Amino acid sequence: MARHVKTVLHKCGAPIDFEDIDIKDTPSAEAAIISLKRNGIGLKGTITTDISNPQSQSINAQIRRKLDLYSNIVPCKLLPGVRTRHNHVDLVVIRENTEGEYGSLEHENVDGVVESLKIITEKKSRRIAKFAFDYAVQNNRRKVTAIHKANIMKLADGLFLDTCRDVSKEYNDIEFESMIIDNCCMQMVTNPQQFDVMVMPNLYGNIVSHIGIGLVGGIGLVPGKNIGDKYAIFESGARNIGNDLVGLNRANPCGFLFASALMLRHLGLHGYANVIESAIWTTIKNGKCRTPDIHGDGTTVEFINAVVKEIDDTNLSNDATFSDQYLAVTY
Amino acid sequence: MATVTGSKIRQLLRVPSLLSVSRDSHKHLINKRFCSHDVRRVTLIPGDGIGPEISESVKTIFAAAKAPIEWDQVDVTPIKAASGKYVIPPSAFESIKQNMVGLKGPLATPIGKGHVSMNLTLRKTFNLFANVRPCKSIDGYKTPYDGVDLVTIRENTEGEYSGIEHTVVDGVVQSIKLITRKASIRLAEYAFQYAVDNNRSSVTVVHKANIMRMSDGLFLKCFREVAQNFKNIQYSEVYLDTTCLQIVMDPGKFDVLVMPNLYGDILSDLCAGLVGGLGVTPSGNIGSDGIAIFEAVHGTAPDIAGEDKANPTALLLSAVMMLRHMELRSYADVIENATLDVIREGSALTKDLGGNGTCSDFTKAICDRLQSSD
Repeated sequence: MARHVKTVLHKCGAPIDFEDIDIKDTPSAEAAIISLKRNGIGLKGTITTDISNPQSQSINAQIRRKLDLYSNIVPCKLLPGVRTRHNHVDLVVIRENTEGEYGSLEHENVDGVVESLKIITEKKSRRIAKFAFDYAVQNNRRKVTAIHKANIMKLADGLFLDTCRDVSKEYNDIEFESMIIDNCCMQMVTNPQQFDVMVMPNLYGNIVSHIGIGLVGGIGLVPGKNIGDKYAIFESGARNIGNDLVGLNRANPCGFLFASALMLRHLGLHGYANVIESAIWTTIKNGKCRTPDIHGDGTTVEFINAVVKEIDDTNLSNDATFSDQYLAVTY
Repeated sequence: MATVTGSKIRQLLRVPSLLSVSRDSHKHLINKRFCSHDVRRVTLIPGDGIGPEISESVKTIFAAAKAPIEWDQVDVTPIKAASGKYVIPPSAFESIKQNMVGLKGPLATPIGKGHVSMNLTLRKTFNLFANVRPCKSIDGYKTPYDGVDLVTIRENTEGEYSGIEHTVVDGVVQSIKLITRKASIRLAEYAFQYAVDNNRSSVTVVHKANIMRMSDGLFLKCFREVAQNFKNIQYSEVYLDTTCLQIVMDPGKFDVLVMPNLYGDILSDLCAGLVGGLGVTPSGNIGSDGIAIFEAVHGTAPDIAGEDKANPTALLLSAVMMLRHMELRSYADVIENATLDVIREGSALTKDLGGNGTCSDFTKAICDRLQSSD
């Protein structure tokens, strides 16, 4: 995937210089974090977590926490030409990414009795709620739905919900509603068109984003952004390894390519992002080189070549947002 | 000295209804075999809103099928005990304890009345540790998802719903998720046995042990241990997010899914959505003393209560699940087939299923079906 993204970015002339950090041989987040702090922007592949050792922490989680990447955004939009069971799905999942159930705060007080702590704070709830509403405003979205289980977790999710409701008062133009997580999941498979921007604590975000990805065609198609106040990391929307597809040249690179386009937008390089995104949309719509996950029989390389050809055919010279200055990005 | 003679004992034992009324230890009843003509008593909790009318529908259909069930109707609205705690009325409690099996309609939880949810009270009173929901695509009620035939089994007593929460400092709340070996082993044993009893080929545990290393880790460990005793059942583990992703893309590949409380709550509702929603989904709750309560999990629909518009399918399919649990499988099959035939045929459907029929029309169509296949 790394190679393919670099090929595409190079083709459209994007002024990005990659600093490669390899996690495979030395599974530690330290080198990655240092580089990210230096560059401010990263493009991340999927990193496995070794679950056999109860004490080891997920590298993904470490990076998110240390860089305070508090918002994970997964835009789930059905692309023209992709066949799924539902039409007109266009929702955005915004997930609080640093607290909630993912604090790794667990202990076994008595043999056979384990406690795991879920922490919800007013400060972080407010921060993510504000982020969600700002996102809605900036992206011309009309509604924000807060997802929770406050009927059962009255204090924790109750705090989250109350805070979201409080923040919504500052945004009169954006409709606010709330929905219980189990009902939300049921609604997503029966009537997903009703959702717009959705904001929620960590675990529910994990669940809802994966349902959203499934609704629009799978992990090969959807990008994800992790944003903090100072740093941003772009990746595929679902953090799945796809071990079964390694080296087989069948994986769908769209999710990753879209992530790189999101990264370019974040850097203000909208021209390049537009070119890449159009090229991907056109290639998918043409239907000839699609990978197996979207009902095609093309290979990854064929798809990339088709995208590159589309970029070639596009006139790059007229867009004022192109830049000559190279930007360093951690990969 | 008055003694009960041998012949008198034999006389007593020959009366069918007495066989189901036992005040002795309940555990032996789990393995007790009943003759098919023995009438079994079941506690019926009609519930609120549309509850009474759909319960009547179930009773009518069971009578038409000549199922050997007698209903003990009770009300479970909590009453305040001397201790100040809200408990279910003693008569309802005794009925369920005695009959060992219950069927429940939807219950409303009034807000601000001071007592906790009645569903929660029932769960705690009878230690209903497993919630089982079979989700099967219904021929005649089209959804975007075909070929769904899975079962979700959810741990129902601990996990994230332990109710242990506190405000650490102002603006910082801590909620505790509890996983214990005892509850996890109990669920695992039930899940594998369920798979065996219901001819299912695999059990998949859904978890988040990459993040919740110790808690979900313990849950997995227990399942791996119990799996050793059920070598004929295929055992696998999948991450929760992967499950959600795959289930909305290809639900047909899932069989029995087992998980802790919160994931179970979410996944079971998600799966219900795949086959048509809570209005057509059966559900059963299994207790550690062999007590089982089957229920419709939809709401009370107060807006249509009393108007003969309700759809009794969920309660009916839950009652079918109940019959299977009681090993009255032939009656279960007959009633289920009649119900699915009527839905497939399509002329007597209630409004929520896309038809114009009333609850009575639907009930009658099923009864006619049963009587014609006698």
